[in-house]
Amino acid sequence: MNSKTMYYILKRIGLAILTVWVVITVTFFVMHAVPGGPFMSEKAISASAQAALEAKYGLDKPLLEQYGTYLKDVVTKFDFGPSLKQRGQMVIDIIGDGMKTSAKLGVIAAAIAGVVGIVLGAWAALRRNKLIDKIIMVVTTAFVSMPSFIMGSLLLVLFSVVWMILPANGADSGGLILPIITLSLYPMAYITRLTRSSMLDVLGQDYIRTAKAKGVSGGKIIFGHALKNSLIPVITYFGPMLAYIVTGSLVVEQIFAVPGIGRAFVRSIINRDYPMVMGTTIVLAVLIVVMNLISDILYKVVDPRINFE
Amino acid sequence: MDKKFTMHLDVDAFLPATDEEKAYMVQMRPSSTFFKDGIKRLLKNKVATVSLIIIVIITLSSLIIPTVWPYEFDDMLGVRPGEPVDASFNNLSPFEYGKTELARIEAGEKVFPHIFGTDSSGRDYFIRVVKGTRISLAVGFFASIIVLIIGMTIGSIAGYFGGKVDLIIMRIVDIIYSLPDMLMVILLASVLKQTLAPALEGTALASIGTNIISLFIVFGLLYWVSMSRLIRGQILSLREQEYVLASQAAGAKGSWIIRKHLLPNCISVVIISTALQIPNAIFTESFLSFLGLGVNAPMPSLGSLASDALNGLSSYPYRMVIPALVISLIVLSLNLFGDGLRDAFDPKLRT
Repeated sequence: MNSKTMYYILKRIGLAILTVWVVITVTFFVMHAVPGGPFMSEKAISASAQAALEAKYGLDKPLLEQYGTYLKDVVTKFDFGPSLKQRGQMVIDIIGDGMKTSAKLGVIAAAIAGVVGIVLGAWAALRRNKLIDKIIMVVTTAFVSMPSFIMGSLLLVLFSVVWMILPANGADSGGLILPIITLSLYPMAYITRLTRSSMLDVLGQDYIRTAKAKGVSGGKIIFGHALKNSLIPVITYFGPMLAYIVTGSLVVEQIFAVPGIGRAFVRSIINRDYPMVMGTTIVLAVLIVVMNLISDILYKVVDPRINFE
Repeated sequence: MDKKFTMHLDVDAFLPATDEEKAYMVQMRPSSTFFKDGIKRLLKNKVATVSLIIIVIITLSSLIIPTVWPYEFDDMLGVRPGEPVDASFNNLSPFEYGKTELARIEAGEKVFPHIFGTDSSGRDYFIRVVKGTRISLAVGFFASIIVLIIGMTIGSIAGYFGGKVDLIIMRIVDIIYSLPDMLMVILLASVLKQTLAPALEGTALASIGTNIISLFIVFGLLYWVSMSRLIRGQILSLREQEYVLASQAAGAKGSWIIRKHLLPNCISVVIISTALQIPNAIFTESFLSFLGLGVNAPMPSLGSLASDALNGLSSYPYRMVIPALVISLIVLSLNLFGDGLRDAFDPKLRT
């Protein structure tokens, strides 16, 4: 790893930290810009009770001081404060609870998307312009044009309502099958297309022809040379894929009633549970930023030829 | 001076051309402009042409059908002033009729059928889908225009002036670019929804609905970055061209050069990415509507129709399938058309 790569990595880390700070700051000030504060939706309460509530949550202090405390708590203790609507619970605990289910969902979906996508993409590239290639391309085009909530609803209609072979409720583990499929279809289609085009590109390279000319066996060319090199662009997709899975899980968990972080987030928006909204936004944002960072750095390390800017 | 000119030159070659010769030199084909060329290439692309036709059909029908359809999108057919609520109109299956309508048919009157039935409030579902399509398309279109204007302005400023201006703008772009956009969109939409409502009270904008306005604001705040990056890159390479130098030497101001020389030259990139932005915006709008952060009721959008259908999914699955198909069709054909546009107008961009 040369100094230029190091410099690039340091720059990316700096940018990631800056981004996280911007997310926290924007989230904080946006949430505090709502007129009337978080207790406005409550039933009419007396002025003294209101003041007591605000004092309890530190809302009577100047905004900048609140911001300072919040930033300090978040950075040093991962403390997002107590939830306003689920009394007696800390935001971070609710997030942690939801994360268990959501992480399982997301990781399995990502793994399926990666494996199936790469296999299908390579297959389509090797059978270029044959029937199977065309079928794969048409199906994946349809999948990338379908919003996740539509995909989820259609799967729900087909599998749980019409054919009744899979449970629609995501609370139990069997019910996670449909949400996982829903979440994995779009990234799977995307990875298939990505792998296919990059594989086609690699198959046209001189070193593949050289290997063929030397008499290297077909399998060795495909797995040893072509596939390995064509997976480099796929690495860059891992960051965006996680972002997709995180936002996708917001609606997918809603559709299938999965008790995950996405559903908790949507519910907290509807309930106007501000600490919860802020906390979830920040946690998910950090997750996405970190994943993007990792996939960017990995990309650079795996292929040093790539020159940024 | 009386030296004779001895070089063997064919003097005839220096004679003015005759009319016949001139006619021979004239181009046989009329010259083709950049746009004519691009459109020709575009029309040769069958997929793109079919997509364009689908888009045009959907757009036109979403504009025309509501003016001729006998039902209104927000008309609860079972609710008539001065009469008790007639629940027989709620949740009609396709081509079924409510009680009063059946009575009218008995009497020999012709009643226009509810092609897709009615929803749980007794509103004609077909016209709601049409209206929802219109709103989704309009949101996608205007959001892209907003992105286009902001992105183009900032991108061209960064690209043309370079130096410190460029550096600062591009750092801001970097940060916004790495923000998780959907989360920010949800956050801003959920807050703006409440902040804007009192501010817009009574103005003309109130009828559009706070959610759509906040959607536009969110797009204006977040989505201009990729457009401005693209345009900056284009302008960075264009501004090194000689004609820009010539223009500068002739005393042209920065804004003039940007408007008259640089922007027209990156117009193809701009058109392509705007076309690809529209399905993106429709996607986002339907996503937000699905989460309850989209258009205000009773206004339908394709996303909110799908979201409403979730409640009665087991009994009325078609209510989910119809808007779902329409969104997918729109997004798919816009994407394919955008790809075709890209291939036709800028083959260099092909991936």
